[in-house]
Amino acid sequence: MKTEKVWAALNVLVFSPPCPGCQYWTIGRIIAEVLEELDIEDKAIAVMGIGCNGYVSNPLNIDRVLGAHGRPPDTATAIKRLSPDNIVFTVQGDGDCMAIGAGSFIGALIRGEKFTIIMCNNANFGTTGGQLAPTTLTGQITTTTPDGRSVITEGYPVHTAELAATFRGVAYSARGAVNNPASYQRTKKYLKAAFQKQVDQIGLSFVEVLSACPTNWHLSPVESLKWIEDTVIPEFPLGEFKNVNRID
Amino acid sequence: MVERILVQGNEAVGWGALSAGCDAFFGYPITPQNEIPEWFSREFPKRGKIFVQSQSEIASIMMVYGGAAAGFRVMTSTSSPGWALMQEGMSHLAAAELPCIIVLVQRGGPGQGSIRHAQMDYLCTTRGGAGGYKNIIVAPASVQETHDLVQLAFYLADKYRNPVIVLSDGILGLIRESLEIKTMDFGPLPEKDWAVRGRERHKDKNFRFVHSGVGTAAVLTRGYPNYVSWLEHMADKYEQMESELKYESYQAEDAELFLVAYGYPARVCKEAVNMARTEGLKVGLFRPITLWPFPYQLIKGKAESGGKFLVVEDSLGLMVEDVRMAVQGQAEVHFLGMQSRHLPTDGGMILPSRVLEEIRRLSTDEER
Repeated sequence: MKTEKVWAALNVLVFSPPCPGCQYWTIGRIIAEVLEELDIEDKAIAVMGIGCNGYVSNPLNIDRVLGAHGRPPDTATAIKRLSPDNIVFTVQGDGDCMAIGAGSFIGALIRGEKFTIIMCNNANFGTTGGQLAPTTLTGQITTTTPDGRSVITEGYPVHTAELAATFRGVAYSARGAVNNPASYQRTKKYLKAAFQKQVDQIGLSFVEVLSACPTNWHLSPVESLKWIEDTVIPEFPLGEFKNVNRID
Repeated sequence: MVERILVQGNEAVGWGALSAGCDAFFGYPITPQNEIPEWFSREFPKRGKIFVQSQSEIASIMMVYGGAAAGFRVMTSTSSPGWALMQEGMSHLAAAELPCIIVLVQRGGPGQGSIRHAQMDYLCTTRGGAGGYKNIIVAPASVQETHDLVQLAFYLADKYRNPVIVLSDGILGLIRESLEIKTMDFGPLPEKDWAVRGRERHKDKNFRFVHSGVGTAAVLTRGYPNYVSWLEHMADKYEQMESELKYESYQAEDAELFLVAYGYPARVCKEAVNMARTEGLKVGLFRPITLWPFPYQLIKGKAESGGKFLVVEDSLGLMVEDVRMAVQGQAEVHFLGMQSRHLPTDGGMILPSRVLEEIRRLSTDEER
């Protein structure tokens, strides 16, 4: 699939390229493929969070909005309510979505807004230099947990896709990864299903995507993929947690 | 015959917004402005317009951000503690140059404060928040003017691509007065070609990017080569916004003492001026209708020709700073504030009789 219509790699370079081995760009590529395959790119509006997730949406050659850290679900709520013909989705990091933006995220889930939330989970605050995020693994060393995340003081990693699935207004919730071609294809299937729920106006759709952050994990890109396989996926299992075609 | 209805100031916000062609309202409950979201929840959905009760004022203002980014006329309302929560969003709206209006019904503060009227948010509305932005503020003094200024606010927001604040207070919000609902025409406005509506809706089929960043890449997408060139554009815009100055002069022609007041105390002062005039005291009133831009030149002119000033404000003294700045040390500036309320409770008001007392005192001073 060629995605010249949606995928503008030049934008990435203009907005400074991501770190070597970063997979946020890869997630952006999948979104571009899905928008084009569903033929919805001309109606699409992306609402971006603050953080490295800009690498996901900046290459997308579609209408975009960038506002406050953690607030994309609020901004997307207004756009989708006012213009229901548009395909509206947020692209957020794990910190954007579940730390500063947890209230906005939960608010949208409670109201059952009819848009799509994509949360990229790299288990830390990437842009600011690798601090603790709500998704940081137990024992994981970050710049603000120098001795590793302690469950006593920082609690346990949050399972966002499982949480989203518990809300009545949510039509779809899944977690994918992009650590190998099989994961890539599976995540693409999840994202396609999520956007289809919005096209069909069923309810809110949510996809979490595990992603490597070699720079802040202090691992090589290849070691990062292995760490995802051996450590991250056992904590954050892949799969669909909710998939309904009707919300009563 | 003109048809009039009897409504609260808070409800007049809704009628004004409807006349202005407002598309959506996003808000969160807080006293004393609850009649505003309640009005929109009642009147907007049945007209095919949008009402959303948000989960916080932080959300309300970022919903406004989204609606404005998509090119719609949108608004929110709140009271003082909610205004504090909206500061981040306001800064983003200013940076992204998004038109919208925010109605702020002031209550007593600081902190959780009281749920009764006050005017304690003057500086934190007229001086902007994080990032040094500017915004026009209109301050009504009646139910009718609330309705009218809401419409003007929407127009000015679109004209300058900038948020506009309508500054009310707990008394104006809750008093009932007669209202003539009318659609006001302020002239043509530019098309919102910059709004995100999906590529297919743009004439050139190219994407749009609305954002609040000011880094190199971010300003480049808006057609500015660097941060400072974008700031120059903003400075030019703010200078143009200063031309929207509005104020009311009352009995000011031959006055020697000028009261300066906005909002409900301006009504109190008008009454006090009438009472003082019957006693032969040469007193007038300046009522700023825009608080930013502020009528510095008007006040400066009167200061130079020997006038003195009495600022009446239901606060510990906020607008009085602007009056002192305007007179530049060339005139006496006196202040009558919250300590002069008729009751020491949060329900107390500055009454005309108290203002008259002060006018008499200052006029006697002059004779002495």
